[in-house]
Amino acid sequence: MTANQPLRVLIVDDEAPARNRLRDLLADCALKMPLEIAGEAENGQRALAMLPECDADVVLLDIRMPAMDGLEVAQHLQKLDEPPAVIFTTAYDAYALKAFEVHAVDYLLKPIRLGRLFAALAHVRTITPLRLDVLRELKHEARTYLSVNERGRIHLIPVTDIAFLKAELKYVTVRTAEREYLIEESLAKLEQEFLGRFVRVHRNCLVAKGVIEGFERVTADDGEGNWMVVVKGVAEKLPVSRRQQHIVREFGKIL
Amino acid sequence: MSIIQNANPGALPNFRNLGILLRIVVIVAGMCLAAALLNAAEPRGWMEELIALSALVQPILLASLLVLAAADPWLHRLRYPYAIASLIAIELAVTGVVYWFGLGAFRGPEALVRYWLFTLLATGVLIGYFDLRGRALSPALSEARLQALQARIRPHFLFNSINAVLSLMRQDPRRAEQVLEDLSDLFRVLMADNRQLGPMGVEIALAKQYLSIEQLRLGDRLKVEWDIADAPADALIPPLVLQPLLENAVYHGIEPRSDPGVISIRIHRDRDQVHILLCNPYRQEDERHGGNRMALANIRERLALHFDAEASIRTTEAEDSYRVHIVIPYLKAGAA
Repeated sequence: MTANQPLRVLIVDDEAPARNRLRDLLADCALKMPLEIAGEAENGQRALAMLPECDADVVLLDIRMPAMDGLEVAQHLQKLDEPPAVIFTTAYDAYALKAFEVHAVDYLLKPIRLGRLFAALAHVRTITPLRLDVLRELKHEARTYLSVNERGRIHLIPVTDIAFLKAELKYVTVRTAEREYLIEESLAKLEQEFLGRFVRVHRNCLVAKGVIEGFERVTADDGEGNWMVVVKGVAEKLPVSRRQQHIVREFGKIL
Repeated sequence: MSIIQNANPGALPNFRNLGILLRIVVIVAGMCLAAALLNAAEPRGWMEELIALSALVQPILLASLLVLAAADPWLHRLRYPYAIASLIAIELAVTGVVYWFGLGAFRGPEALVRYWLFTLLATGVLIGYFDLRGRALSPALSEARLQALQARIRPHFLFNSINAVLSLMRQDPRRAEQVLEDLSDLFRVLMADNRQLGPMGVEIALAKQYLSIEQLRLGDRLKVEWDIADAPADALIPPLVLQPLLENAVYHGIEPRSDPGVISIRIHRDRDQVHILLCNPYRQEDERHGGNRMALANIRERLALHFDAEASIRTTEAEDSYRVHIVIPYLKAGAA
């Protein structure tokens, strides 16, 4: 992105009138600075799917959207090799606004003023990139998706599809019925975020409660017995650590 | 047209309301019991005492209730002090007549004075009670106004609506004008004094204006089904009952979904009752924190204030829907 090339802007908002309004204002801005509309998306998933192709420099991102809110979209798009700058738009969000001020996150209040939008876009090339830890702190609800970068695209993994999460060295393996992914997150933080959805069966493993089919007793060569979790739709069985044996009793599904 | 229910302090209760009648009967019975207990010569004698007392008090009470129910519209046209004076006069007259035709023949006129005293006492206690009750419940009315205003200035709604109007300015100025008109109508009602009952027709029109503003923002995601062919437009209802409920329905039922959702409203009359049924999609996991309980609690209080036991509001949460069912007595605008 060089200074002479037009700034490419992606509009993300679930309300059509809000998108129209931004389009009008961006047309006004385009009279005074080189600028192009890279695209429009009516929800977060769509925006993330469009991003690699539309090659946006800036995303104008609504915070309150159904299914996946703006704060979560902003977290996922950090997975891109060259994440675009993010300017949040919101009608009102007392909690987020306070935090934005603290962390110098860019935002515009609806109804958006031409002057404010222009100033924000003019400074976008010097904007400080969003920090993931700040975004995580801002979003106090659990994410609905985990995301990985696959050959330049963001792949979203619905949290409801996840069978188990297994920590290996500095990565966590995310296993769904279809396949597995590697993400760079901490298992302890994931456990905290999705409290109630997963149960810890081992120091390095969280299993989704909904997919536990039952428990099997396996005797090792040295004669020691060990419980294994049988997971629906996944062939791999997961060992239950000695410390977590109590969950076998709690679930009571011994095969 | 102004209909004063038992809602405001400084007004008589509605003597045609079952809840009010029940309260009167219970309080008078309580006073009789107290008199009997005090009067009883021996510890076990209070039962006979109560029966003797009731033999005269109950006929007076029933006759009073009949006369008051008949005189209710007339009493409510009077200013409060005159209404009270008339009420006391009516009570003394009813007591006199019942006494004369009932017991006077064999008890003589001198006992009448004692019954008049009892009547005065009972009437005074009841007037005081209903006045206090009105005062205790009436903050709900001004609160409703304040709350509705705050809810409308629920910044989310106000700013998003203004943003939507701005988006129309260039492409569709006429539509923008209309939305601003709807918005100002809405605010006019919100800022008005909403303590009096108003006709259902006005309440429905307001709800439609509100939904058309939301429709502009949400487009195809918001579907509304009105079933109001049998709705009595002249039925009286406390203002701002429908609109806050619809706002909840949009906020909790439609906005968190990306696929379209239907809000259905059915209003119909069943003999002397009016039923309002509201239904919106709902998923537990979409639930945003709090908010709707306040509006519901306020509506419940105002219904109690205006209609006492004759109105009810029930909510049911099914797996994927949320229903509100309101029943109010059918009072016609302009009838009283």
